[in-house]
Amino acid sequence: MTLMKTLAAATTGLMLLSCAATAQDKGAIKIVTQSPLSGQQSVAGEGIMLGAQLAVAQFAKQLTDMGFQLSLQPEDDQATPNVGVANANRILNDPAVLGVVGHYNSGVAIPSSEVYAKDNLAMVSPANTNPAITDRETTRAIANRICGRDDVQGPAGANFATDTLKAKKVYIINDKSAYGSGIAQTFEAAIRKSGANVILSTGMDQNETDFSSILNRARVDQPDLVYYGGTYPQGGLIIKQMRQKGLKAAFLGGDGLDSGDLQKIAGPENMTNAYFTTTALPLSQMPAAAAFAQAYKAKFNKDPEVYSAYGYDSARVVIEAIVAAAKAKGGAMPSRAAVAAAVREVKFDGVTGPVAFNNRGDIASAKYVVIEAGKSADANKIVKVIDVAAPGGS
Amino acid sequence: MSFQLVLELLPSTLADGLILGLLYATIALGYTMVYGVLGLINFAHSEIFMVGAFVAVELLTYVLAGSPLHPVIQLVLAMIVAAAVSAALAGLAERVAYRPLRRSNAPKLAPLITAIGISLFLQDAVRFVESLFGQFIRPFPSMPFFDIPLPLTPNDSVPMKSLVILIVAGAMLAGLRYTVTHTRLGKAIRAVATDRMAASLMGIDVNRIVMLTFVIGGALAGVAGTLYALQFGRVDPFSGFIPGLKAFTAAVLGGIGSIPGAMVGGIVLGLIEMLIGTFVPILTNNAIGTEYKDIFAFGILILILIFKPTGLLGRPSTEKV
Repeated sequence: MTLMKTLAAATTGLMLLSCAATAQDKGAIKIVTQSPLSGQQSVAGEGIMLGAQLAVAQFAKQLTDMGFQLSLQPEDDQATPNVGVANANRILNDPAVLGVVGHYNSGVAIPSSEVYAKDNLAMVSPANTNPAITDRETTRAIANRICGRDDVQGPAGANFATDTLKAKKVYIINDKSAYGSGIAQTFEAAIRKSGANVILSTGMDQNETDFSSILNRARVDQPDLVYYGGTYPQGGLIIKQMRQKGLKAAFLGGDGLDSGDLQKIAGPENMTNAYFTTTALPLSQMPAAAAFAQAYKAKFNKDPEVYSAYGYDSARVVIEAIVAAAKAKGGAMPSRAAVAAAVREVKFDGVTGPVAFNNRGDIASAKYVVIEAGKSADANKIVKVIDVAAPGGS
Repeated sequence: MSFQLVLELLPSTLADGLILGLLYATIALGYTMVYGVLGLINFAHSEIFMVGAFVAVELLTYVLAGSPLHPVIQLVLAMIVAAAVSAALAGLAERVAYRPLRRSNAPKLAPLITAIGISLFLQDAVRFVESLFGQFIRPFPSMPFFDIPLPLTPNDSVPMKSLVILIVAGAMLAGLRYTVTHTRLGKAIRAVATDRMAASLMGIDVNRIVMLTFVIGGALAGVAGTLYALQFGRVDPFSGFIPGLKAFTAAVLGGIGSIPGAMVGGIVLGLIEMLIGTFVPILTNNAIGTEYKDIFAFGILILILIFKPTGLLGRPSTEKV
């Protein structure tokens, strides 16, 4: 019995000692990125991760000067909700994690943010446009995004479809994901209001490669416009199969189509009369993009992807918030709740434009761009840029 | 639904369904071959098919692009190389993953598990290698020749590639059937399929025949992969899974182990899928969308198997005593 007691005392002593040792260098702080690093959407997901990595490399000094070690922990959510949630549970149990940059898919971000909210772990999303991300009360305290919302993006697309494309007969297809069906719904509601005739509105599985059942009907119905709520691996195939079936209708979609691979999949010769709306400005439209793109290329030997700059700015938001929260605590390790609160106060001019949040966690003012897709990504033309304040909130 | 609309949609629906079905059938041949000989479902077949598709796309994109050769010759060259690589891969899989299990008399379930292991390994290996050279979703290079429209009805046409798929798939079936029924190798394959022990007593090298069956199945998968990439214009490391599953279904539907059965099963499945996808939404006024076509297709599969468990062209197997 005495032996046990001595042992217990000794272990407690050791534990105290080791705690004291780490307290001196104030401990490690981790920022996690969650994005698809495998699977079809990993191109975009890796872009987010590398963008965040660059931000950590460039802005870590603020924290290392205060005695913390900052590191980035990339996680692969595989664009799958249950993987995202499993990762979220794991990182929630790592006290060093003070902020999350993610996700790419709204369908993954929504359930994962419910997990982060359990311990007030701040999430700054570079790419999630589904309104529910910031609209739900349960995650109100921790969910933020630096991109626009689908309930603005969908109507912006509908507006472009009726005003510029003069579309009267419309086909709407969505990929049944939270993102795809969400944006398709907001588009449909807006375009119905404007008096256009929605002939068909249907879902198609994310893994589907053959759209001929729908497109054969389109040959009979002859719509002016096919709207697709979904991402580029399918979007490109729809464009290709439309043109091969001789359908000349305009093609329009949301920011999920925004990738250099859209043209490669559709085939450059099929890229006629194809448009997408996006909340991610092309790098050429960003004031500080040249320096960012150069640093990115130098570090990773790759060109930035569409959401890289947003990943970069998101990680910067988290770092600034941690710095502010730590300063407010006199240089001590801040709590997760304090970091989450500090995110809403962050203000700076990022690569993607001015970064500031409203009280819901939406970016105060987001840009919506309509792009005409060219024969290659470099030939994409900006048709319209609209600055819209986030709906609701203040 | 007006009769007029049906008439208007039917030709293109049937043509698309036939082509989709032929693609399933070409993949199903590989499943059926291996099953016929070993009684084993080679689930790695879908990934061997995917690798074949990658090889063909890479070859057409990086080696043959801009060459003065006629597009059909380019495609045939790509098919030959894809078939060779897939055949080698299938042979290798047999050697490292199946033969040791056969030798050690492992339970029937064990090869199934190694097959799934090989599948996952190949998916991630291809993803890794392709990621080293940029992005792993590889588009099929633009070859306008295969998109030349061929008139089907006065106001309907099918692209040239449909004809190519029809011819190649037909040649594959005929060639395979000839090999199995009229050559020494085919005789040996049938002997091994009937009774492995007796075949070995008759002086047939069973391991060699099994290996050759895998190699032939792999070569077929390589050709099928090339056709699939041609038809859908894109390949990624995960694009083998769904067509593989559908092809397996087609093989079971037609009567697994039977070569004409694989062909019939594939075509039936493709047609059912396309007809349901096109007409059910119209019949139900879009209440049931195209997205549910697989539920109906597999529902019909279950019904057929309940009433004819051996599949459409399968023969009831007799238990060996």
